[in-house]
Amino acid sequence: MMTKSIASFLLGTALAVTTAGAAFAQDKTVKIGALSDQSGLYADLGGPGSTLAAQMAIEDSGLAAKGWKIDIISGDHQNKPDIGTAIARQWFDVDKIDIIVDVPNSGVALAVNNIVKEKNGVYVNSGAATSDLTNAQCSPNTVHWTYDTYMLAHTTGQALVKAGGDSWFFLTADYAFGAALERDTTAVVTANGGKVVGGVKHPLNTPDFSSFLLQAQASKAKIIGLANAGGDTTNTIKQAAEFGIVKGGQKLAALLLFLTDIKAIGLETAQGLNFTETFYWDMNDQTRAFSKRFAEKMKSNAPPTMVQAGVYAGVRHYFKALEALGGNPHDGAKVVEKMKSMPTEDDLFGKGEIQPNGRTIHNAYLFEVKKPSESKGPWDFYKLVGTVPGDQAFTPLSESKCALLKK
Amino acid sequence: MQALYAQLLVGLINGSFYALLSLGLAVIFGMLNIINFAHGALYMMGAFVAYFLLNNDYLSIGYWPALIVAPIVVGIFGMILERTMLQWLTGLDHLYGLLLTFGIALIVQGVFQNYFGSSGLPYAIPDQLKGGMNLGFMFLPVYRGWVVIFSLVVCIATWFLIEKTRLGAYLRAATENPTLVRAFGVNVPRMITLTYGLGVGLAALAGVLSAPINQVRPLMGADLIIVVFAVVVIGGMGSIMGSIITGFALGVIEGLTKYFYPEASNTVVFVLMVLVLLVKPTGLTGRAA
Amino acid sequence: MTALTDDTLPVTPRAIRDEMIVFVVMALLLASVPFTGVYPFFVMQALCFALLACAFNLLIGYGGLLSFGHAMFLGTAGYCSAHALKVWALPPELGILVGVAGAFVLSLITGYISIRRQGIYFSMITLALSQLLYFIYLQAPFTHGEDGIQGIPQGRLFGVFDLTKPTVLYYVVLVGFLAGFLLIFRIINSPFGEVLKAIRENEPRAISLGYRTDHYKFLAFVLSGTLAGFAGSLKVFVAQNASLTDVHWSMSGEVVLMTLVGGLGTVFGPVVGAFVIIAMQQYLAGFGQWVTVIQGSIFVICVLTFRRGVIGEIAHYFRRSL
Repeated sequence: MMTKSIASFLLGTALAVTTAGAAFAQDKTVKIGALSDQSGLYADLGGPGSTLAAQMAIEDSGLAAKGWKIDIISGDHQNKPDIGTAIARQWFDVDKIDIIVDVPNSGVALAVNNIVKEKNGVYVNSGAATSDLTNAQCSPNTVHWTYDTYMLAHTTGQALVKAGGDSWFFLTADYAFGAALERDTTAVVTANGGKVVGGVKHPLNTPDFSSFLLQAQASKAKIIGLANAGGDTTNTIKQAAEFGIVKGGQKLAALLLFLTDIKAIGLETAQGLNFTETFYWDMNDQTRAFSKRFAEKMKSNAPPTMVQAGVYAGVRHYFKALEALGGNPHDGAKVVEKMKSMPTEDDLFGKGEIQPNGRTIHNAYLFEVKKPSESKGPWDFYKLVGTVPGDQAFTPLSESKCALLKK
Repeated sequence: MQALYAQLLVGLINGSFYALLSLGLAVIFGMLNIINFAHGALYMMGAFVAYFLLNNDYLSIGYWPALIVAPIVVGIFGMILERTMLQWLTGLDHLYGLLLTFGIALIVQGVFQNYFGSSGLPYAIPDQLKGGMNLGFMFLPVYRGWVVIFSLVVCIATWFLIEKTRLGAYLRAATENPTLVRAFGVNVPRMITLTYGLGVGLAALAGVLSAPINQVRPLMGADLIIVVFAVVVIGGMGSIMGSIITGFALGVIEGLTKYFYPEASNTVVFVLMVLVLLVKPTGLTGRAA
Repeated sequence: MTALTDDTLPVTPRAIRDEMIVFVVMALLLASVPFTGVYPFFVMQALCFALLACAFNLLIGYGGLLSFGHAMFLGTAGYCSAHALKVWALPPELGILVGVAGAFVLSLITGYISIRRQGIYFSMITLALSQLLYFIYLQAPFTHGEDGIQGIPQGRLFGVFDLTKPTVLYYVVLVGFLAGFLLIFRIINSPFGEVLKAIRENEPRAISLGYRTDHYKFLAFVLSGTLAGFAGSLKVFVAQNASLTDVHWSMSGEVVLMTLVGGLGTVFGPVVGAFVIIAMQQYLAGFGQWVTVIQGSIFVICVLTFRRGVIGEIAHYFRRSL
């Protein structure tokens, strides 16, 4: 017994020494943490689908064949900044992860941003809307993919004003995200010669919007801008149909809407809506091929949302940077620097770049929801109305308040 | 001024949901002495059952039968809960009932979320109730008008059942003195189970009514429960009439708030609660706790 | 209706001695955490919630008052401390002081309004007050809405202890927790605590004995609120953020759960309960969507099988007060 344990001890030490030696030469182990809302409001647009997207990115990268060892763990931040930071901290300290991806919910995203910076990890955010991540609170460890409030406001606002929608009324969720959307959209609308005739702020998670819709109706504005998200947006759209808002000649513009939201509302009610996204599964052959593989692995057989697509693309780009570096992936700021120095290109978002403040620049698309008669499949929802090149859609560097730019 | 009329009417419509939900809660509290935290989850179940009945390949039952079937299905589910779990809490502090039903709510919402995701399912307004009419001061969707009338009828019927019929008298007596009522040959435990089923059925009914208006999603009742609670407390715990009137009144007050200070429309109920409890320590019509 | 707590157990000098022994064991165990493999941040977070639950327990377990708005003290102190540390750049000790003072003032006001209400109406008025406060914090610019106050500097306590070092921070939080715990322990076993228990058991009798019961309840409320605020201030240093979730009613509900799971009206119950609930949030996070279902099941099982809570059941088994 005794000799056996000594033997195993010696063996263990020997193993430890050899692995340590290998690590010194070329450390090719990477651990990814997919932190998302797995059970709440954002579980459909991120959640398990984001973890799947990251897994597919690992498989598609082919790095395993090149001697890399890549692990992934996922966690549920339950939309609480406390839990989000606690998980992130533990992942860095105990599980030794290198990169955190996804993280919807602006409050949690900003809290995690601080932890990643403190621990010098990599942060590829795809799920959060706040443009602060690459603006006032930017960090050398953060890359923000997919979308932000500035981009949403500018793309939708500009397109609709140019199409003749020059008077606006806002239904705004009464919290920082809604206020940012309204502020940015108002700026675009007035800059393009339109005017804002009124607005109303509603509390988060309001079940009934009829009072607000009546006010919007009475304002006679051509466009009713919905500066809210999730269940609030879907309820507004549903009840707007009930009150005959669209039939009365007013147009709804949802400033933030996801594929899964359209599914939830149904085409019958949602038809004719205008909104902006940066990814849609049915754009071209590459996106269709990816989405088909993705949907087969999803429990609900849903194609990816733009957030999940952003996770995939972000992780792929991260791997490209790692390959270019050749190993030792544990210095987050260095990896992010490498990521910024390489142009981005992938099947889902096409060509783009990462700006010095961490903002990924890619095309943004203005969509309109199809009529039920035009839809040919269970997820065939969008008609492409316009494309805005990335450099016009996102915050210009000259307007960014990011400290990284002042070098 | 016209806008104000419109807000008052819209408030009344919302009030009918509050009234239906708080009515169920008040019935359960009054008869079982349980604060039913699962009420929001059961309301959600009602909406989901309606959705299944409509979208199932074999059944494809429309809105109208769902108004009856969904409350019965959810009511039976509630009675099973009562038989298997809640009945063991008889005579214990409110807190345990609250915790147990809170746990049940978490389980139900979690399971639904696993199977249906968080963003919800579409449910269209039944054809007969589509469209709307112009009242001069506002456009009133027909469906909303139907909701107000129907829930008023249900509320009054429930009040009548409990306060004015022999069955209701037995029920009220059983909560005061179960042993005595048993001595009259009444099966008290079964009566209590049925009461819970009734209260839960009312929640499910509210769920079916709201399915065409609100998204059918697993968390649709999670935020509502705390407001409905407040309604029951303001009306006086266990008072049927109190909660019906408070429900409608809250809808109207909320409607006015949405017009004058919309940011506070979710908070106004709590302002109301503080004020009422400061003046009348046991609610508008309530008995001592 | 039966009482919430198990009062068949005698409180004798021997029981108090037993409790002191358990306390010392607990303190030693917690003090040795940095030397074990247990992740200190998790323990720190749990300690903050444990103190919160103990403060809450003082009110319900010994005063019989169920507050459904205790998150307001946690959140208020958190915001006050966070603001003091980040915007006013005060040192940690003053930051904590500002937070505790904030919770103290708040508990004076809310206590004055709510203390005369009975039973469920007391719970509801505390809930309503905390919801009003939630609204105020949502609107007030200094809280930054749902983004919260982020990246709060930890600084040096008394200019000596560097709180950015996890081990130093851990012991500071531990000392804070133990001090708060001992204070509560002292209160419970003081003549004041005995009067509180008498009021809980039979308020009319206590009144007839000449006690001004509202006075005692008010004092207990203020003590409990202020200590809950202390927990909130400590938590700011651990989480480095202050957010709306700390003021939300579901946080108040969580505190109730912690106390119930651990054992209502037991000295150590809230501590155990806090560790159980926080561990669940932390370690079940990997189960993804099933977290809420698992949590719900645990509560159901808890109520149906061991209603006295973990510590309550153990105490009952050994016929000791713990």
